[in-house]
Amino acid sequence: MGAPVVQVEGLTFRYPASDQILHGINLEINRGDFVGITGPSGAGKTTLCMCLKGLIPHVVGGTMRGRVTVRGMDTRKTEPSILAEAVAMVFQDPESQIVGLTVEEDLAFGPENLMRHARLIRDEIPKMLQTVGLIGYERRETYKLSGGQKQRIAIAAALMMEPQVLILDEPTSELDPLGKTEVFQVVRRLREEQQVTIIMVEHEVEQLADVADRIIALDRGCIVADAPPREFFHSAELFHRMEGARLPQVAELFLALEAEEFVGPADFTPYEEEAIAHLDRLLLRKRG
Amino acid sequence: MAEPEVVIDVDEVSYTYAPDTPLALDHVSLQIRKGDFLALLGQNGAGKTTLAKTFNGLLLPTRGSVYVGGQDTRNATVSSLAARVGYCYQNPDHQIFNTTVYREASYGPRNLGLPPNEVAARVDHALQLVDLADKKDAYPFLLGKGERQKLAVASVLAMGSPILVVDEPTTGLDLHGIRSIMILLRQWNQIEGRTIVIITHDLHIVAEYVPRTVVMAQGKIVADGPTRSILSDGAALATTGLKPPQITRVAQRLSHHGIPPDVMTVDEMLACLRTALSSNKDARTSQEGVSDAGWLQHLH
Repeated sequence: MGAPVVQVEGLTFRYPASDQILHGINLEINRGDFVGITGPSGAGKTTLCMCLKGLIPHVVGGTMRGRVTVRGMDTRKTEPSILAEAVAMVFQDPESQIVGLTVEEDLAFGPENLMRHARLIRDEIPKMLQTVGLIGYERRETYKLSGGQKQRIAIAAALMMEPQVLILDEPTSELDPLGKTEVFQVVRRLREEQQVTIIMVEHEVEQLADVADRIIALDRGCIVADAPPREFFHSAELFHRMEGARLPQVAELFLALEAEEFVGPADFTPYEEEAIAHLDRLLLRKRG
Repeated sequence: MAEPEVVIDVDEVSYTYAPDTPLALDHVSLQIRKGDFLALLGQNGAGKTTLAKTFNGLLLPTRGSVYVGGQDTRNATVSSLAARVGYCYQNPDHQIFNTTVYREASYGPRNLGLPPNEVAARVDHALQLVDLADKKDAYPFLLGKGERQKLAVASVLAMGSPILVVDEPTTGLDLHGIRSIMILLRQWNQIEGRTIVIITHDLHIVAEYVPRTVVMAQGKIVADGPTRSILSDGAALATTGLKPPQITRVAQRLSHHGIPPDVMTVDEMLACLRTALSSNKDARTSQEGVSDAGWLQHLH
């Protein structure tokens, strides 16, 4: 395991004239990890993302304490333009982050601002479009794309910066089911390639369980759980405490089956296929 | 028992936003009865919002007719339709425009020309229902997303309209926010007898709260029936890009063990497994368990 690409030590943050929103966050994320973040509204998920990207303290006002380093760079002491190459972020609203009239213009915008060579940019665009499943979309007008396509363009534009860390802040919550599936397909592909460390804030826990190496729960500005999906969803009391959190339905089922002693703690799974296989065996044994 | 009266009758309606563009609604017919609680499902662009906007005359059909309470929406004034059909937009920020929570919620009833004490009573009741009674003087745009969504719902509730259309009430909310809105809508439906139409993508909440489901694709209604039979029909859902809830998918893969293929919630699945997994000596009690579960009865 390599050195952590993201390190957060004792991070607290308060927006101007409001209550503290992050309380003493400590976090290490290793290179190539896929980290899911979940938790109720107002828990501080987006604020944490903005700290990792350096938008806090450079762009967003407030009082920040503690230290955030990305690839060894202290975000407080590093220029946003330098951080922009290390950390890219995709936001919730597909409408608010596309700047180009055409797909090509949009993908070129970031690297052009970093003064990258035009030919490099031109070569890179088709590769990124392939990654997000939109081959041949260079000349398409961005405003005519569907929500799912727009979010995938936003991901491609983020990847054009060749970031070490890609933050996805609820990228599917404004999308319809097809759009959600499209975005998760891209995210799964990125995970398999393992070139980039991914941090994804997401309410769709069933799909998040499938892609994440590790899931973090934020509640009222604190990290209340941080574990691989299997352990994460197994801690039922966590979800009773955090009423805004959703469990994958199979996880909810296995917790209940465990409480009634139909299965043991070691049988627990948050994964659909494993759940089906296990129940199949259990029912077979009963009938046989 | 006689069926309740039809309160919205959509008769062979087609709609185009502009000439030479594809039909947003393509010969749609739909009857909504008093006290119905129904969900409109489908991908973006399927025509859900377009259809819903014909219910209160925001859009008039290009062809066909929509009758609300027997009256053709073409011959009704917008204000008379507004008193009958409340419409809550998907994005609360497209709807909220006043400077305090109270002013926002009272705008509709004031414009219906109600006496001030009646306006106050309705607004107080609506704000209480959505848990915003102690935020009357707050500036709406400083509320959280969930609270703004609730305020938008309260403003429509305060109109007192017997029919309520709510466009994606739960987008971007966490489970707590989703539940409080859905419980509220269910109360309005069951206790106050209001007719409710929600537009949503969230099959979990449809399975849990909404008895009737209408699925749209490409401007047409492709399925209309009890939520249980619609959500368990994977093939029909797949044509619209939707999948049955996870627990329903699991049940269907275990159907060779006698698990019903139309299980919709975790609780139902648990009841099934309890029966199937209990040993013979427990058979009598589990039989009782089954007959207690009303959801199984329709299978037999």
